[in-house]
Amino acid sequence: MSVETYHMLDPTAELSSERRARRAPPANLEGATIGLMSISKERSREFLDTMERLFTARGLKIARFEKPTHTKPAPEAVVQAIVERCAVVVVGLAD
Amino acid sequence: MELVAVVKRDCETCRLVEPVLAQIRGRAPLALYSQDDPAFPESLGGAQDDTALARSWRLRIETVPTLIRFEGDKEVARIAGWDRAEWERVAQQAKLGPGLPAFQPGCGSKTQDPGMPERLALEHGDLTLRSRRIEVADPEDAIEAAYDRGWSDGLPVVPPTPLRVAMMLSGTTRRPDEVIGLIPPNLSECTVEKAAVNAVMAGCRPEYFPVVLAVIETALDPKFSMHGLLATLWFAGPVVIINGPIAKRIGMNSGGNALGQGNRANATIGRALQLVIRNVGGGVPGGVDRAVFGNPGKYTFCFAEDESDPEWTPLNVARGFKPGTSTVTLFHGDGVQGIAAGRSRTPEGLARSLAMGLAAVCHPKLAEWAGAILAISPDHFAIFREGGWRRSEIEAGLREALRRPGKDLVYGAHGVEEGIDPARAGEMVDKFNPGTLLVVRAGGRGGLMSAVIGGWPAQRKKAEVQPVTREIPL
Repeated sequence: MSVETYHMLDPTAELSSERRARRAPPANLEGATIGLMSISKERSREFLDTMERLFTARGLKIARFEKPTHTKPAPEAVVQAIVERCAVVVVGLAD
Repeated sequence: MELVAVVKRDCETCRLVEPVLAQIRGRAPLALYSQDDPAFPESLGGAQDDTALARSWRLRIETVPTLIRFEGDKEVARIAGWDRAEWERVAQQAKLGPGLPAFQPGCGSKTQDPGMPERLALEHGDLTLRSRRIEVADPEDAIEAAYDRGWSDGLPVVPPTPLRVAMMLSGTTRRPDEVIGLIPPNLSECTVEKAAVNAVMAGCRPEYFPVVLAVIETALDPKFSMHGLLATLWFAGPVVIINGPIAKRIGMNSGGNALGQGNRANATIGRALQLVIRNVGGGVPGGVDRAVFGNPGKYTFCFAEDESDPEWTPLNVARGFKPGTSTVTLFHGDGVQGIAAGRSRTPEGLARSLAMGLAAVCHPKLAEWAGAILAISPDHFAIFREGGWRRSEIEAGLREALRRPGKDLVYGAHGVEEGIDPARAGEMVDKFNPGTLLVVRAGGRGGLMSAVIGGWPAQRKKAEVQPVTREIPL
């Protein structure tokens, strides 16, 4: 094989992801619905219960979400529901 | 009518039929092609130059000499090698080659030289590869170019030239553009061709490729949860266990150093899966791969089970496959923990000894949590076998020896906070959930030791995360 024709084949999926700027955080939380998503790992719920109590005490609106298992990505429907209803989201980890 | 003959000088039979070709040409039109030297055959003034093999490829020549008769554009008769009666039939001429033996087999056509069918298929458009071609100015830089593009796991990769990829694809009958699945985390389509590109880079031989495809497809089984395994903070990565005749056929190691370095099939099949995850799926450390430590098995972790002892039920048979089936089993495993157990001489004592090593998986006080692989060495298995224990007795014995009173495992017991729910203090608790301890036989002789490969804590979610075994279609 001659030097001029040395080629390699691209091993990637040949997709380029679009780089989008992060949305600016809201200036304040007034009137906003805050999503609290549990990833279904142990103690995720306790953590988010505490968050909910603290937010509610400040008069903020809360919506709770949960993905079925922490071992897999959140289903599209859960992500969509959060996007539709919430201005910000807290994802509860665990341990 | 037109006759076509293809010959090469480097073939005794082609040289033998030289006077026959002269006889034929004296009586009928004969187009003569030489694959290696257009000056041959001298007595006929040479032949048309087919050193590029284009004509031979289009005529699908596998043996030289080959004589073909065309009527118009249609081939109507063909003979490969020298066989007087057949040559007379194809040439429609009598008394060919007086004084020659009646028969002499031909030689391999140069189109069949190693790598040549793939090269010619690419050149003549019989194989189309769709991956983007990246030109490298100097072949010497190809490995560096692969590093620069982020294609490497840290070790050099074999540059995936179109020819090498075409040769890899010769290891399967599946079409290059067939989609085998969506690779996490980006859920990008992986075609058979993309798998081949990555298998080349990993260093695989074409005969490993059906195994590589099966390994990828097994990793994509939702029960295996490859996305989660990639994303986890834990050490674990996919551990590949191969069973059945394919393991021997491709020269895998199930014996001494089976979990170590030095065997090409073991090393490259596991690596091919990781490169597919990296390059097709976009799964890279620091990206979706959030491992706190990782482990060296995330370069590659693949071995075969030793099925040579007829008293041992191989893993795939224990998991419901017919004996003699070639399978891949994928497990979510971290590193290797050795267990020294040199003083046990009874199956009961040995099971208790191995159980102590297994009890440490994840944490000695965690139970029904991560699973494990236990690889039993031949010398340890001999103790079980002599005591009349086989797979089922070993598994039962380990389970029994691993059961612990819940009060010893609950949070805070023995001054250690880690542990299980205090509500279980009154129960006897199993170490492993059913189906999450995979017992295999592997390793070399001479050592009363066995190996634990710890699992992944997400295996405690037994409905969502499971080891998966699949047949390798051959």
